[in-house]
Amino acid sequence: MQELEILSLLEENARLSMREIADATGVEEEKVKKIVEELEKRGVLLAYRAVVNWEKAGVEKVCALIDVKITPEREHGYDSVASRIMRFPEVKSLYLVSGTYDLSVLVEGRSMREVASFVAEKLAPLQNVTSTTTHFVLKKYKEAGVMLYDGEELRRLAVSP
Amino acid sequence: MNMRGKIAGRVAEVPPSGIRRFFELVQGVEGVISLGVGEPDFVTPWHIREACIYSLEKGYTMYTSNYGMPELREELSRAISRRYGVDYSPENELLVTVGVSEAFDLAIRALVDPGDEVLIPEPCYVSYVPCTVFAGGKPVSVPTSAEEGFRVSAESIEERITERSKVLVLCYPNNPTGATLRRKELEEIAEVVVEHELVVITDELYDRLTYSGKHVAFPSLNGMKEYCVYLNGFSKSYAMTGWRIGYAAGCAEVIEAMMKIHQYAMLCAPVMSQMAALEALRRGDGAVESMRRAYDRRRRLIVKRLREVGLECFEPEGAFYVFPSVRSTGMSSEEFAERLLREQKVAVVPGNAFGSSGEGHVRMAYATSLESINEAMDRIERFLRR
Ligand SMILES: Cc1ncc(COP(=O)(O)O)c(C=O)c1O
Repeated sequence: MQELEILSLLEENARLSMREIADATGVEEEKVKKIVEELEKRGVLLAYRAVVNWEKAGVEKVCALIDVKITPEREHGYDSVASRIMRFPEVKSLYLVSGTYDLSVLVEGRSMREVASFVAEKLAPLQNVTSTTTHFVLKKYKEAGVMLYDGEELRRLAVSP
Repeated sequence: MNMRGKIAGRVAEVPPSGIRRFFELVQGVEGVISLGVGEPDFVTPWHIREACIYSLEKGYTMYTSNYGMPELREELSRAISRRYGVDYSPENELLVTVGVSEAFDLAIRALVDPGDEVLIPEPCYVSYVPCTVFAGGKPVSVPTSAEEGFRVSAESIEERITERSKVLVLCYPNNPTGATLRRKELEEIAEVVVEHELVVITDELYDRLTYSGKHVAFPSLNGMKEYCVYLNGFSKSYAMTGWRIGYAAGCAEVIEAMMKIHQYAMLCAPVMSQMAALEALRRGDGAVESMRRAYDRRRRLIVKRLREVGLECFEPEGAFYVFPSVRSTGMSSEEFAERLLREQKVAVVPGNAFGSSGEGHVRMAYATSLESINEAMDRIERFLRR
């Protein structure tokens, strides 16, 4: 499964060059290029991005997780509301979830006021949205599978049997 | 008093370890990329560490049975049976030890009388020869070469058999060469073992780290359970080197004899490591497989780059070592390793640290990130161009 192998390599490190992927998988570089282009075209590979600890960079960002309850629409279910919400650039991720509410929205802004006004002015008034509950993020511990604190150092000796 | 004169002869006669010597050389150099480390670059999977922490909270801080905790032996018995179809009784055919290191020492001490010969294919892991000497045995080296893929053959073993031959040591997948043995080759060896009534100590610590084809456990060969002591552990496949835990499996008589020594010399393996090992066996397969896949990628990379820079290198099929030849450079193993360290700050281990048939080679461990391998190989390329 060359495709899956390439995907898992890129998921781990999106900066690998085609040549490095070729070396690690034993697939020829030209072929890797072809497979990657194909995966991009099919929408399997969506984006290549860095995971940033903005706090360490001295930039303040405010995140909130918002539980949204909605009345589903006849024919479209939740999709049409979701597709309106996800188009806002403030929305970093959006999931339909099971349980006591319907959509889980992660919103990012420069200040609490900005996030609050996004919720009050854009999200809550949407047709079909019946309620919102906003949870501001106080501290991030792990983001996109990467620990922000307490990373582990390798403590190996330089030479061992 | 002159303490030097008091050291037992068979200890004094064993030279200092080549690995230690090299370790000390590397210690003094800043900015080294090391391909000299014989252990995983992964920290033990969290669920295993977490299980150990929980066991401490629950008060597991005491001695256990000399054989090891019954639950752990039962789980080991099931795991070996599931994987290789060999049944070892948890009652009296399994012994939990402080790593394969201790298990090997116990096996040798349990089997070897002064003067008994121990056949050891070389290049090999560094402890086999010294442990044999400490036990009063006579190590008989069976050299292997790159030409034969560092696989020991039944004939070369047979050629060295004498009246005193008692034990044959096997270690596949191999440290330092990465060689594995095929079923057919193992079966040929088994014939020699039966004919000469040898006991095989088979160190299969790298059994889960193979890259082309499934590992064949020596005791799974027809009738071989009766002839061998099977050693394995958690250090490499579960990235648990520092926990110091492993085990031996064999027929009741030999396990009983090993336990006799173990109960006085060690008493038991650390209970927290036994608890961690239990968790590893129960839920660790996913982590083992994902680490194996990471090693496989690195293996492909390093073999390819070694060949590109013109170092001849037979393709390793197991463990996480490559053992390229440095003969084309005109340098000896040690000269190559020392100059590479001084001039380009890359640490590798001279092949002769693993026996004289390792001369002309160096061991590189690829249990390190793709980036470090690339950087190390860039430096090696520069080193060779000068
Ligand atoms: C072949 C072989 N056997 C045994 C050992 C020691 O293993 P343990 O950590 O289980 O004592 C090593 C470690 O490098 C090894 O490579």
